Amino acid sequence: MARNGTTRTHDTARSQACTDGRSIAALLAQDGIGRRSFLRWCGYIAGMLALPVEPFGARIADALTTTPRLPVLWLNGQDCNGNIEGFLRAANPTPSELVLDRLSIDYVELLMAPSGKAAEARMADTIARYSRRYVLVVEGSVPTAANGAFCCVGGKAFTQILREAAADALAVVGVGSCAFDGGLPAAEGGVTGAIGVREFLAGSGKTIITLPGCPMNVDNLTATIVHYLTFAKWPELDDLGRPEFAYGGCLHRSCERRQHYQAGRFVLSWGDAGHQQGWCLLKMGCQGPGTPANCATVRFNSGTSWPVAAGAPCLGCTRPRFWDNLSNAFPTTASPLALHVVSGDTGGAR
Amino acid sequence: MNRTAIDPITRIEGHMRLEVEHTDNMVHDAWSTGTMFRGIELILPGRDPREAWVIAQRACGVCTHVHAIASVRAMEDALGITIPPNARIVRNLLSGSQFVHDHVIHFYHLHALDWVDVTSALSADPAATAQLCARTNIGWPNNSAAYFGEVRTRIQRFLDSGQPGLFGGGYWGHPAYTLPPESNLLLLAHYLEALEWQREFIRVHAILGGKNPHPQTYAVGGMALTLAPDAPSGINTAALIQLERLLTTGKDFVDKVLVPDVGLLAAHYKTTWAVLGMGPGNLLSYGDFPEDDTGPGSFFLPRGRITGRRLDTVLPVDQAAIAETVARSWYTYTEGDATLKHPSAGETRPNYTGPQPPYESITSVKYSWLKAPRYQGEVYEVGPLARLAVAYAASGGAVREAVDRFLTGAGLRPTDLFSTLGRVAARAIETQLLAARLLIWLRSLRENMAQGDLRVANNGKWDPATWPPTADGWGATEAPRGALGHWVRLSDRTIAAYQLVVPTTWNGSPRDAEGKRGAWEEALIATPLADPERPVEVLRTLHSFDPCMACAVHVHDPSNGASVTVRVG
Ligand code: SF4
Ligand code: SF4
Repeated sequence: MARNGTTRTHDTARSQACTDGRSIAALLAQDGIGRRSFLRWCGYIAGMLALPVEPFGARIADALTTTPRLPVLWLNGQDCNGNIEGFLRAANPTPSELVLDRLSIDYVELLMAPSGKAAEARMADTIARYSRRYVLVVEGSVPTAANGAFCCVGGKAFTQILREAAADALAVVGVGSCAFDGGLPAAEGGVTGAIGVREFLAGSGKTIITLPGCPMNVDNLTATIVHYLTFAKWPELDDLGRPEFAYGGCLHRSCERRQHYQAGRFVLSWGDAGHQQGWCLLKMGCQGPGTPANCATVRFNSGTSWPVAAGAPCLGCTRPRFWDNLSNAFPTTASPLALHVVSGDTGGAR
Repeated sequence: MNRTAIDPITRIEGHMRLEVEHTDNMVHDAWSTGTMFRGIELILPGRDPREAWVIAQRACGVCTHVHAIASVRAMEDALGITIPPNARIVRNLLSGSQFVHDHVIHFYHLHALDWVDVTSALSADPAATAQLCARTNIGWPNNSAAYFGEVRTRIQRFLDSGQPGLFGGGYWGHPAYTLPPESNLLLLAHYLEALEWQREFIRVHAILGGKNPHPQTYAVGGMALTLAPDAPSGINTAALIQLERLLTTGKDFVDKVLVPDVGLLAAHYKTTWAVLGMGPGNLLSYGDFPEDDTGPGSFFLPRGRITGRRLDTVLPVDQAAIAETVARSWYTYTEGDATLKHPSAGETRPNYTGPQPPYESITSVKYSWLKAPRYQGEVYEVGPLARLAVAYAASGGAVREAVDRFLTGAGLRPTDLFSTLGRVAARAIETQLLAARLLIWLRSLRENMAQGDLRVANNGKWDPATWPPTADGWGATEAPRGALGHWVRLSDRTIAAYQLVVPTTWNGSPRDAEGKRGAWEEALIATPLADPERPVEVLRTLHSFDPCMACAVHVHDPSNGASVTVRVG
């Protein structure tokens, strides 16, 4: 059931962000728990965006403290809430700072106080009061079949809600793989006509940013928003709407197991001696080669870890249609290298 | 008789609509609708059984772990794999920390605003709040008049900014909010503390699973991580120390903040809310947290059933007695929609017969994307209340002690557990039990490692060449929201059929062919409703079940590659 991923051209300058990220992760790890310095965090974000900390750290700090809080509407379509949960794992600013001090999240079903009509009124109010000034975050895919009956909120089809909310948005940010290209509901076997936000809003002329990943890494969302708040423009995007700072480099290049890859030291079964020594997971199906992502440097949960560090192969969840290439990640007899070629992904060389 | 729709129901996972009929400020009937459908079970057939957990896990990003576990267990059951003891312990650590994390988020971020009036907190006296905190949250360091003054100012500034964010549009000032301002401020301060706490605590999942949400180290046969004290990565000595620190500080928060806060709330609201929201009175727990390899008998939270709210008799659970009907759900069964079908023989053809969006009301016979699971044809409630009631009745011991301690403190009786407030209390008590147990499991892992047992996966059946031509499996677990089961049929080394029967399908089911209401539809009868536009009382009972809709809606087709017709209209 392999469907081809879109092949991306390699660009050394782009992968720079990945390499720089190493020191950033260290910075974050060092920051650790306890009291966090806001300025330090601004420097961290500057680093993620591949900007020199001087003078940009201070500039980011300025932008964040003087800007009125950015109104955000967060819509959920066909989703699992993984991205809004991921949002709550934000390292810095902390979740309470994001919610109270940095953003104004006027609509998000998982957390907002009111239900029903009072909730809908919050969305309508923000659209009216902050026209062209609110960011629309979309989590989940958009079911286009059956006249929208596969996802309704407040008696309205999600398709209608999304179109209306997008019309006056400053920009639309699709978080997670489902919002990216339809994700899981669009995988083979799906019947709901699920598509991603870019496809759904094609031709609307909107800035549409996508942050694939299952779920996205919250640091990429904060960095994207901070970039806008600081420079009044969105970060550079690739042809699928993914910010270059986060998706411009290949995971495999910045992986901590890469020296083992280069030396030909591979894990061959779960828990074997190589696994215990942190060898390369390629032969256990790792999709790192060909996966555009900064997981290895930014990591997850306050920089604590990422799947490959914990011992599991990368599933390639930032790639288009990764669900239909998942079986590559569970090889048995075939060489995984061959599988990468079969799946049309030439990224093995990257 | 008036009919009011509440949609979206917020502070839940997923998309849900509720329609209630009410007169004289009281609910007389309720219809619960799951309004979103993804079709995960149509996507699973034809795939490699070893990748099923990745897909099944995406059923829910909130209880992001439980579907992965149920899935690998179903495969291990089908293929006859016994996992090594360390894999069992690591899974308990992942599950247990998931429960603790999820229950804390549920209480503070999904439920508290039904009880806590944010605007009332602004008139609290910080010094009096500090005194209250000293009495309630004994030994918790974040306590001074200055601290509560700062929190109050922060909230005040936030609300005055004209951008009230998450708190905007809340039902503040509603007569059902009766806590004194100081209690409101205290709980609100802990709402904010819990936001930071949860992010820190769940690093347990990052260490064991690579990330959260959606940890990634599962494997059919064990876990895809390593246990090696001296290794540069994986669960080495440093990771064990870090885990111990995270679990210890996690337990501290649960003991000193969560449990006393829930006690404060329960003691205050008990006159009304320990009576309302009783539900069907039949409770089901698959049980979980195996402490050795002997099966359900070793579960820390036991398997069992309770009927008629009787806390003196625990009945056995036979998964063969579970069946689902689609009499009132948007699906069709070949043998007739009223049929009760066991999940292993289940069938689904989505058939939407509701109103065309946009709509004002759903009055069609079929009214939900959720099916209706029944045990021996009866409605059952699942979740923390079911688990604790079964454990209380079955074993006594640590569970009985913890329950009795909490109930005495809040001035409640064991029978009060069968109520809206009882569910909230049960969830907090369970959190406390698990927060303590996690450290014991971690200790046994450390001891095994110290003795040189580093096995964490049984790879004997990794290669599909070792599998039988066909096999059936059942994977059961307890999710934070209740009993969760995955049924799988393997054929020719691929998935032929896959079905999930999940907690919220039990609790949030629509009516069945006999017209029996689902668990929370039933629990909502007689709920007061002072103002239908501000249905805070309805939300109290509904949220006490901790609804999770995304995984509740599922669809299954037994034949590999069969096409599915979706008819609309
Ligand atoms: S991308 Fe993944 S985490 Fe996000 S909604 Fe889809 S399944 Fe859930
Ligand atoms: S194949 Fe995977 S584990 Fe190996 S170096 Fe690349 S990303 Fe790392």
